Amino acid sequence: MKTPLLPANTAFWFLAPALILIVVFFFLPVAASLLLSFTDFDIYALGDHERLRFVALDNYLRLLGDPLFWTALKNTLYFVLVGGPLSVAVSLGAALLVNHRLVRFKGLFRSLLFLPVVTTLVAIAVVWRYLYHPRYGFLNYLLGLLGLDTVDWLGDPDWAMPAIILMAIWKNFGFNMIIFIAGLQSIPVRLYEAAVIDGASTWRQFRHITLPMLAPTFVFVTVITMIGYFQLFAEPYVMTQGGPANSTLSVALLMFQEGFRWWNLGYAAAVAFTLFLIILTGTVLQLRLRRREI
Amino acid sequence: MAVFSEKPIKTLLLHLALIAAVIATLFPLFWMVSVSLMSSAEANRFPPPLLPAAPTLEHYRMLFSRLNLAAYLLNSTLIATSVTVLSLLLNSMAGYAFAKLRFKGRDRLFRLLLASMVIPAQVAMLPLFLMLKEMGLVNTYSGVIVPGMASIFGIFLIRQYALSIPDSLLDAARIDGAGEFRIYRTLVLPLCKPILVTLAIFTFMGTWNDFMWPLIILTDSDLYTLPVALANLLGEHVQDAELMMAGSVLTVLPVIILFLVLQKYYIEGLVLGSVKE
Repeated sequence: MKTPLLPANTAFWFLAPALILIVVFFFLPVAASLLLSFTDFDIYALGDHERLRFVALDNYLRLLGDPLFWTALKNTLYFVLVGGPLSVAVSLGAALLVNHRLVRFKGLFRSLLFLPVVTTLVAIAVVWRYLYHPRYGFLNYLLGLLGLDTVDWLGDPDWAMPAIILMAIWKNFGFNMIIFIAGLQSIPVRLYEAAVIDGASTWRQFRHITLPMLAPTFVFVTVITMIGYFQLFAEPYVMTQGGPANSTLSVALLMFQEGFRWWNLGYAAAVAFTLFLIILTGTVLQLRLRRREI
Repeated sequence: MAVFSEKPIKTLLLHLALIAAVIATLFPLFWMVSVSLMSSAEANRFPPPLLPAAPTLEHYRMLFSRLNLAAYLLNSTLIATSVTVLSLLLNSMAGYAFAKLRFKGRDRLFRLLLASMVIPAQVAMLPLFLMLKEMGLVNTYSGVIVPGMASIFGIFLIRQYALSIPDSLLDAARIDGAGEFRIYRTLVLPLCKPILVTLAIFTFMGTWNDFMWPLIILTDSDLYTLPVALANLLGEHVQDAELMMAGSVLTVLPVIILFLVLQKYYIEGLVLGSVKE
């Protein structure tokens, strides 16, 4: 039996409150952001809107010539392209372990490994700042125990981003782990049973059953992780303020500084919109690439 | 146990690996609690002590007595609760409409909403700030609450769940003469209870943990939420590891407890929100 077509206004009253809010507080600002990026909106315009001028693509041209933007973009790409795949790999590894048929107390292990996901990023960044302390931090103590050289984690431009990546993996892997576990559980057991009868090794089962069957999960996980990682902000804000030597300055942090510290809102909007275009390109590319593979 | 007799060594190794992973995962949290209970400067020792020599609550006391922490706790609770209650109502109405009320252009509108989830929130923040400034909402609770009152993800989650409500049930109620709003209130909401709990946890935690937007919109320290206050505190007390850890414990503890109590809903909702697209 089909639902009768209701008078359109019934649905309207159910949808209107949420949709009006989303339009007013999300879609409208996004569109305004594009317009803003074509103006020289700055601290003077903030006080007196008469001073606002249309500058066409000036902000974008300035962006292309701004070494700070390129540094921020390079750092963000580092975080996305190194941190992202590592996060996904750790998530998959954890999911395979927890979901292994010989493992007992699956629920308990899953919950404990998931715990960092629900924690507050700012608080965690504070904790890791102290774990990374060059003299009293626990990480260097461990390195010392293993007979390795200690590292000035957050003070060395070469190590600051890896340190942030390590923390991000710890904080985030549980999320994708849960999604991978759900994906693994949806693979029919009879596929493995057939493989065992055919004498396929564990590795071959993983390579030829698990991985292909997980492909849709992979697409979802990589796209979600990439979108999230491109928005890197709180970690460098709390742990390094973008330093040392701008080695952890991210695009979102640059936008925040330009927009809300120096009140160059026009320029900051251009930074934000460029970030959006990069994320959009990345997402479309990923989906295209995967579609061809499958 | 049959499981253990089958491949004892492999089983043991798997469990050892898992226990090692759990220890590595929980260590930073354990260390946070441990250091927060140490007396001043005990953490600045080498090698770093694992447990406090004489546990003390002095840093917690200091946070409440001198650093206004009770106010931040209250701000965070108030904001997260308001956003949760309001968004639950609005998102469930919209999600139900997308799942069960047929109207022209429904699926196209829904796809448009889904596609716009790739737009990062940061893109909206600059004009949103200017807009809220015009509305006089900068540096108010409302400035944090209002933009969070409806979310595309929330609508999506409710819709996915509401799809499973049988149409015959709704039609029966309609034939009995129930109004659409009454059907929603007395039939749909109770049926959606599990997903409403899930969305409530997601929204509460998301708002509680959110940093960038409150940082932008709240300029007066009296209104700070815990994460903003904590980041601010770090500027002045970066040498006081024990104090900062105590602040971190108080920020993280409520969401950890909430998760541990309601984890069944949380994890099921996460799977529903991701796999059944």
